[in-house]
Amino acid sequence: MGKTIAEKIFDAHRVDEPFPDTHVLKLDRVFCHEITTPIAITDLMARGMDRVFDPTKIKAVIDHVTPAKDSKTAAQGKILRDWARRHDIKDFFDIGKNGVCHAIFPEKGFVRPGYTIIMGDSHTCTHGAFGAFAAGIGTTDLEVGILKGVCAFHFPKTIKIVLTGALQPGVYAKDLILFIIKELTVNGATNMVIEFTGPVVDAMSMESRMTLCNMAIEAGGTCGICYPDMTTVDYLWDFIQDEFATKADALADYSKWVSDADAEYERVLEYNVSELQPMVTVGFKPDQVKTVAEMTGTKVDQIYIGSCTNGRIEDLRIAAEVLKGKKISDNVRAIVSPATPAIYSMALKEGIIEIFQDAGFCVTNPTCGACLGMSNGVLAEGEVCASTTNRNFNGRMGKGGMVHLMSPASAAAAAISGTIENSFLFKA
Amino acid sequence: MKTFKGNVLFLDRSDINTDEIIPAKYLTEITKEALKPNLLEDLVLPGFSRADTEDKAVIVTRENFGCGSSREHAPWALEVNGINVVIAESFARIFRQNMYNCGMFAIELPKETIDGLFANYAGKAVTMAVDVDRNQITIQADGKSETIDFKVGEFDQTLVKEGGWVGYADKNY
Repeated sequence: MGKTIAEKIFDAHRVDEPFPDTHVLKLDRVFCHEITTPIAITDLMARGMDRVFDPTKIKAVIDHVTPAKDSKTAAQGKILRDWARRHDIKDFFDIGKNGVCHAIFPEKGFVRPGYTIIMGDSHTCTHGAFGAFAAGIGTTDLEVGILKGVCAFHFPKTIKIVLTGALQPGVYAKDLILFIIKELTVNGATNMVIEFTGPVVDAMSMESRMTLCNMAIEAGGTCGICYPDMTTVDYLWDFIQDEFATKADALADYSKWVSDADAEYERVLEYNVSELQPMVTVGFKPDQVKTVAEMTGTKVDQIYIGSCTNGRIEDLRIAAEVLKGKKISDNVRAIVSPATPAIYSMALKEGIIEIFQDAGFCVTNPTCGACLGMSNGVLAEGEVCASTTNRNFNGRMGKGGMVHLMSPASAAAAAISGTIENSFLFKA
Repeated sequence: MKTFKGNVLFLDRSDINTDEIIPAKYLTEITKEALKPNLLEDLVLPGFSRADTEDKAVIVTRENFGCGSSREHAPWALEVNGINVVIAESFARIFRQNMYNCGMFAIELPKETIDGLFANYAGKAVTMAVDVDRNQITIQADGKSETIDFKVGEFDQTLVKEGGWVGYADKNY
């Protein structure tokens, strides 16, 4: 019997199996941010164990509330900053250089096929887009990861999703993952890895693959995974060209991180996506999904474009294409947060920031803030947000607020009309 | 080891997420105690009020408890309110592991058993006690007593007995 990519990664990293179905894996990366890491740091200090297993494998960023909004968030930043300095963690991204963790860490070349990665953040599953096993964990697992460079997991049971056909113009990876979550339900992939495969994924950019894998957790999944291919190699080439003579050599090496044809799966689901329409969430669970057409006319108060799901350059380009030469409705306010400084710079050079500003958007610095109602765009009670983020939980973007998750194109369309609309209405 | 005994809070809903258990705006706290007043503040459940969590030690609920964010603040908010046991049909992976990593119990029982607990005990004054060595829950209500067996993996049981994952990992890796 063959093995899945996740099983192969487990086999290459297992350091212990102390109990049945308990796989202790060696970690290639431990990512940290200022919300879940400070308590791990203070606990390690209190235990007299203020050490790190390898400062070159730990990467840290202040991203959730930046600039600090009050004394408490300033203190969280300070704990992380002081710790990074104390332990000589060179890849620490403070304000001016910081961005949303799941956008900036891939952009800096920290993720490679076959890696094991943990972070105290549920959307760590994003990094599976590179053919890595990347899982969100809590502060205690993070603490052990920082200290010992290991983490324990159950066997990676896997759901394989085969995507065939071709996405229609105006339909994006976000629409596809909302559809898949609706199919799987919010706990349909609990304790499982979700493999995204097939010609639709093969044709996708790394940005789109990250959007897919990012929301694996919304179906309960431990990690979303795409097989590494030439698109992966192209994205990483600046960082790996010293390791390989040619891109073909890199691809040949990375090809060991692909599931065998006779691998065993919990479920295999195949969808032809050619008829898929733009999708949007309703209610307070991410599996409550309808087509944009069904929700057309629903009034919104705020538009938010950004986050680890849809704050990358591809997303801003897609939104700008809809917004170009148009104004947002007088009945809404709109915010865009490019996910990293590099994305912000690209968007400036390409004239995208100007398009957003001319349309009436507020352009903020890179931060997670609004997505979880912490800063930079919190909703008031009774308000509705058209958002490119990943969670529509009750109160997520502000107590008493309602969030409709959608693609950047659909969010741009909602900004123009003040209601949920299909973006093709506004395309040139 | 923590204590696993006391009054029961019944939450009759599936998919209670960690944003409901402790909203993100409290994630700026850097002590666990500070989370105490805000447990289940955003829970969507008709008839529920924050006062219902007082003097409780065990939660009984439905499917997929603790889904969403990885925040360990969710188990901590339970812990500082004296709740070290959650019994459910199923849990989200990260929440479940966080519970055991903190030396707390996230016990899964079959749907029929959970249905029975709600049918027989919800709304009554009921206490439960978890026996760590025998993998048994003892329920007391109306002067009567009932025991239910549960399954827990060896790793999780070890974490409960050792009081969490940090000490275990430090010793072994």
